[in-house]
Amino acid sequence: MSDLLRVRGLTKRFGGLVAVNRLDLDVGAGEIVGLIGPNGAGKTTAFHVISGFHVPSAGEIVFKGASVVGQKPHAICRRGLARTFQIVQPFAGLTALENVMIGAFNRTGDVAEGRAHAREVLDFVGLGSHRDAPARTLTLADRKRLEMARALATQPELLLLDEVMSGLNPTEIDQIVGLLRTIHARGVAILLIEHVMRAVMALSHRLVVLHHGEKIAQGPPGEVARDRRVIDAYLGESA
Amino acid sequence: MAARAVGLVALAALVALPPLLPKYFLEVLISVLFYAYLGESWNVLGGYAGQFSFGHAAFFGIGAYTSTLLFLRLAVSPWIGMVAGGLLAAGFGLFAGSLSFRYGLRGPYFSLVTLAFAEMLRVVAVNTKAVGSSLGLSIAPRSAPALFLFDGKLPYYYVILAMALGAVLLTRAIERSKLGYALHAVRENEDAAEAAGVDTLAMKLRAMAISSFLTALGGTFYAQYYGYIDPSLTFGPAVSIQGLLQAIVGGAGTVLGPFVGSFVLTPISELSRAALRGRAGADVMLYGLILVLVISFLPHGLVGWFRRR
Ligand SMILES: Nc1ncnc2c1ncn2[C@@H]1O[C@H](COP(=O)(O)OP(=O)(O)OP(=O)(O)O)[C@@H](O)[C@H]1O
Ligand SMILES: [Mg+2]
Repeated sequence: MSDLLRVRGLTKRFGGLVAVNRLDLDVGAGEIVGLIGPNGAGKTTAFHVISGFHVPSAGEIVFKGASVVGQKPHAICRRGLARTFQIVQPFAGLTALENVMIGAFNRTGDVAEGRAHAREVLDFVGLGSHRDAPARTLTLADRKRLEMARALATQPELLLLDEVMSGLNPTEIDQIVGLLRTIHARGVAILLIEHVMRAVMALSHRLVVLHHGEKIAQGPPGEVARDRRVIDAYLGESA
Repeated sequence: MAARAVGLVALAALVALPPLLPKYFLEVLISVLFYAYLGESWNVLGGYAGQFSFGHAAFFGIGAYTSTLLFLRLAVSPWIGMVAGGLLAAGFGLFAGSLSFRYGLRGPYFSLVTLAFAEMLRVVAVNTKAVGSSLGLSIAPRSAPALFLFDGKLPYYYVILAMALGAVLLTRAIERSKLGYALHAVRENEDAAEAAGVDTLAMKLRAMAISSFLTALGGTFYAQYYGYIDPSLTFGPAVSIQGLLQAIVGGAGTVLGPFVGSFVLTPISELSRAALRGRAGADVMLYGLILVLVISFLPHGLVGWFRRR
């Protein structure tokens, strides 16, 4: 198996609450995996743990053949795993370009080179014309793009995207879907948390469904969508 | 281009005019540059990295005491003692920084811990006979340039001018480097910085080391210029406040902010000190008032206000 990411038995407790419970999850090189589940299922928590922001209560996280448990987020990022935040976290006082440059410095110490790379990435996500705008002045849709651009600029092999489409209109969603296809075509594997079903269904090779912190289903999107437990989980939520 | 021309004219004036100035004005100008220097030193950590130290007096005092004790006890030239003090202060800064950063102290908690460190050193100095306790230490005036002692004020003026310009050039180099971007990232959002591959702890410690080293050199300058140090003059909270005040009023996290701050504030404080002579604490109240006004109405300092127009 050419697994890029191998998660085994991952558990995260907050006091008495088990936010993620014995999760097994794999992402292969060049794969797009969708991580779905109702609100509060533990998806974001799983991201926090995998990317080093939380220490797992139990379990193993192996990225590119080596454990990353206990490593700081910046070290995990340097190994090639980048993430975005569900609630966007721009460097509000810096320009869009500067935001992305900070990601680019992950791979270069040269300021001019970092700037050139950041410009390319900004153009790629369609923010080229907002290069010098302070991040705080960008619209939500643009801040989501900026969040992706900063992560991309670190040149990851695996990109963890937490609801980059939420709050966007259908046109904007289509643009992001197109963007993710291109990113994937360039050889980056993607683990995608998304509530916009149309988009996850279209993009993902495989889906993993979380409910109350546990994996209740996985497989090709078509199969998972017909899974009784998945339907119940989602219906149970809206009921 | 225009900015560069203005800068060069200002620099030429700062180099050429002082010999023509009356003694009182020269003293004020030395104070202006001295506080600009302290502000610039604080700025690296407080302004660029956004770590609001309230305890830079710790580094200032370490600098002042190290060079003075080396000089008085071991006859080491304060020029050398200055570097020793800087290194010692940087070491202490790294120690205090790793303690507080490792335990995740941010914002006001970090400020309070740094304040506590400075106060701790002040109390130690007060209670240690070997360093003169609360009587302090004096350096007898004489003319010995190799020992950082000069006849008259003018040479001290050029020393502090060189130090201040050095701090400006260093800050500018940092601002344009990868380190400068990383520090801004830390200031803006530490989680996002980590996610983007910035080793936030290492960056904060680097800023801490640079900032404390520079501040300590200011302590040595103070000891040589005034010829007298005691625990509250060097380790007291007023020193910490002076540094951050220049930076915040002028514009924290900008290269020239502390200079602008000091050129505005120091003359005001000299005048008010003369006007309020003998009323202990009046100047501190005045600083408090200025700080409140600036933070309320000019959150990015004078430089920020200027740029916005
Ligand atoms: N830092 C924390 N401390 C305590 N509880 C937390 C913490 N973070 C998350 N939780 C809890 O863990 C559970 C999982 O939350 P999480 O944010 O991972 O869900 P999610 O699947 O991302 O949901 P959504 O789709 O709404 O974003 C929730 O019950 C949440 O309240
Ligand atoms: Mg979430």
